[in-house]
Amino acid sequence: MSAIAKSNSTTAAKASKPSKAGAAAEWADDRLGLAGLAKKNLRKVFPDHWSFMLGEIALWSFVVLLLTGVFLTLWFRPSMVEVVYDGSYDQLRGIHMSEAYASSLDISFDVRAGLLMRQVHHWAAMIFVAAMMIHLLRVYFTGAFRKPRELNWVIGSLLLLLGTLEGFTGYSLPDDLLSGTGIRAADGFMKSMPVVGTYMSFFLFGGEFPGESIIPRLFTIHVLLIPGLLLALIAAHMLLLVYHKHTQWPGPGRTEQNVVGFPMLPVYMAKAGGFFFIVFGVLSLMGGLMSINPVWRFGPYVPAEVTAGSQPDWYMGWPDGALRIMPNLETHIWGITLSWNVFLPIIVLPGLMFTILMMLPFIEGWITQDKREHHLLQRPRNAPTRTAVMVALMTFYGLMWAAGGNDIIAIKMHLSINQITYFMRAAVFIGPVIAFVIARRWCISLQRHDNEVLLHGSESGVIMRDAQGGYSEKHLPLTPARAYTLTSRDRDEVFVPESEADGNGVESPTARKDKFRAKLSAYWYGSNVQKPTRAELEEGHHHAEIEHEHEIPLEGHAADGHQFDGRHDVSGDELSTKH
Amino acid sequence: MSVEKHHSANHETEPVADPGLPEHEPRPTDVDEHAEKRAERQVAMLFGLSTVFTLLFCVSYFVFKVGDEPSVIAGLGASNAALGAFLGLALLCIGIGIIQWARKLMGDHEIMEFRHPGGSSQEDREDTVRILALGAEESGIARRPLIRNSLFGAMGALGLVAIIPLRDLGPLPGDKLFHTIWKKGMRVVQDVDGTPIRPADMEIGQLINGEPEIFYEEDADGEPLIEGAELQKQKAKAAVIIVKMQPDDIKASKDRENWGVNGVLCFSKICTHVGCPISLWEQQTHHLLCPCHQSTFDLADNGRVIFGPAARAVPQLPLAVDDEGYLVATRDFTEPVGPSFWERG
Repeated sequence: MSAIAKSNSTTAAKASKPSKAGAAAEWADDRLGLAGLAKKNLRKVFPDHWSFMLGEIALWSFVVLLLTGVFLTLWFRPSMVEVVYDGSYDQLRGIHMSEAYASSLDISFDVRAGLLMRQVHHWAAMIFVAAMMIHLLRVYFTGAFRKPRELNWVIGSLLLLLGTLEGFTGYSLPDDLLSGTGIRAADGFMKSMPVVGTYMSFFLFGGEFPGESIIPRLFTIHVLLIPGLLLALIAAHMLLLVYHKHTQWPGPGRTEQNVVGFPMLPVYMAKAGGFFFIVFGVLSLMGGLMSINPVWRFGPYVPAEVTAGSQPDWYMGWPDGALRIMPNLETHIWGITLSWNVFLPIIVLPGLMFTILMMLPFIEGWITQDKREHHLLQRPRNAPTRTAVMVALMTFYGLMWAAGGNDIIAIKMHLSINQITYFMRAAVFIGPVIAFVIARRWCISLQRHDNEVLLHGSESGVIMRDAQGGYSEKHLPLTPARAYTLTSRDRDEVFVPESEADGNGVESPTARKDKFRAKLSAYWYGSNVQKPTRAELEEGHHHAEIEHEHEIPLEGHAADGHQFDGRHDVSGDELSTKH
Repeated sequence: MSVEKHHSANHETEPVADPGLPEHEPRPTDVDEHAEKRAERQVAMLFGLSTVFTLLFCVSYFVFKVGDEPSVIAGLGASNAALGAFLGLALLCIGIGIIQWARKLMGDHEIMEFRHPGGSSQEDREDTVRILALGAEESGIARRPLIRNSLFGAMGALGLVAIIPLRDLGPLPGDKLFHTIWKKGMRVVQDVDGTPIRPADMEIGQLINGEPEIFYEEDADGEPLIEGAELQKQKAKAAVIIVKMQPDDIKASKDRENWGVNGVLCFSKICTHVGCPISLWEQQTHHLLCPCHQSTFDLADNGRVIFGPAARAVPQLPLAVDDEGYLVATRDFTEPVGPSFWERG
């Protein structure tokens, strides 16, 4: 064995003689005074876990979107002026179209690397939204949104909303038949809004649909307004992350009071920075080898034409599904029209769902009245009701999303589109309830299993037959590290209201609220399985030892199968050949 | 082990003691010089490969043609595929190289930092409150409600500057949504080439996409009467479909009995749901399906909704024939076409 590598040396680096770089740094620090800040943060600790990478995928996709987006703006002309196409794509030459669409074709066919940038941009947008959603699920399922991180949850939710809008505006810019149909539908959505709908439509489109203003206006929103907001919110998101320090999984030596991991400089910086190149690299491969949104096949937007099977980008799928399965309710009264069939699924529902999403940390906090700071993550099973809530929401989302593809399902699976629609109308309400119950019970079962393992050890797969002929499975004791990790979680505390009346018999002003909260809290934690106490654990181990005594005659003897049970060292043992 | 049972026993010590941070286990590259050298070579090779791929990217940029006759390899546009593949590989090599470097060669001692409570100390809070109070006191904002309230009023009023200038974003709707360009005697023509339609030339079950003839008319200089954005705007409302059915199949309501010509009927093409052009026609059942959200209309029964999210029948355009036997509209639509809106009534 040779010496430990130099990079793991334990002596501190010493400042060497002033070099050119040193002089430059000194010059800068005299004016900026950043050394103090850098000293504190350059060795900041980031814990390691694969699931902490999901947010990074979103961040790096956003950077790729900025880079490729700037490239695209150099050629894209956000104008609805009608031109006659005379570019390289033969099938559309001589056709009247908007300048926006013509320049999208130019980017695709006449600018080298233009199609690549367009496709990377579009793929990155898809991945950006997807990564944000999966990151959101990770944060929720592990309880990382709890105090003190509730506001970062809100910022993250806003990022998801803005990212979705950014995606929709970008999708609309090429002004092809498919995206134009999307804008047409958006016009219908706006018009369904009570009182202001028609005015909103006329103001956004600069008059009647489609007009000449919508593409330039969407362009400004897409390249200036929303990206600016996204940048500001991402900066806030990251600053809070640094301020709070990252959450970590429980484990030996990892507590609520510390954070264990690699220092930012150099390891974390290298890993995260390297990961940017990997995300960019994968997106480039996708842009080069996987076609996306081939706008030239759809043709220019003409309000009287449409293609069958028109679908929005995937993240717009779920409200579209709600729109498809909504019963056709409309009220005509006092000379006005209320278009419930559009207004409810596409304006009210997304707003409502988004509000619920943003409120989740506050709803849970209100019920549990947990005012402590939490930096250790929870496994989803250890918060069964919370996990079940998100599973129900995911089921709702998934069913709505599937409803958005009801025509595709009908064609591919030879089903009646009417029956799919009727089924979905019920399923979006029943499905989440079923999913909630299953997920909750599933979590509780997993908790039971954890306790089983803690008390009796893990299953070895070795079946023993005793002298009486009974069979039993050998259990192996847990390592202290694993046992500690499994028990490193809080006991759930059901909220108990203070005594309802004070000494003088005056009822507490919050008594009714507290009672309601106590009920919810009891349900929230009610069936959870708590980790065993020390006494229970010791009893369990004692039981295992008694069981172990039966095996004593076997100790030291070779017995088939026992070479695997880990009870003693079998090297050198001869296995019996007789049966 | 229910919650209630443990509620009282909450302050017991943890069942398993914290074994503390595990010992650092050296990696092969920490203890074996050969492994260390090998990892070093791997990383450098990945960076070298990346340079090669970047150069290949540059070469591809100039070698493969785009435009009229693009280079093609294996059915893929050669330029796009090569640029994407080489850029992707160049980036991946850098990324994998850096991460390999971090995992194998950089120090892998986990270190520990203590957390601090998220909030400020009570002292800081009190100081801040004191400073804020001092500021309020020195500015007199609390003591001089006249100044304060008039300032708030002025700031509130200034909000108008953010709203009023947006007025010119668009004209007021007026009655624009209530009318289309159709009028009495305007011919219904094929939308492909603008040729007029004779009912007798249509077959039973046929569907024609139609438009008002004015879209194809030219002025004295040979310029189209309507073009550009105005044409798009009018098209978005005036697009129609003309269908021919067995006259016996048609269940026209009382007031629509003379709206067709020998089984030929004309309906708006714009869906009453959110405005997609409706295009999927089932000859046998006379059903018309919107491809966007699957609203289905029965054209034999006054365009009634028989399925889907649309709430209103698709509007019908009354037809007649002119002196030359071509289809013409007898008037504009009797109701607004397209999606519903508040003022629609």
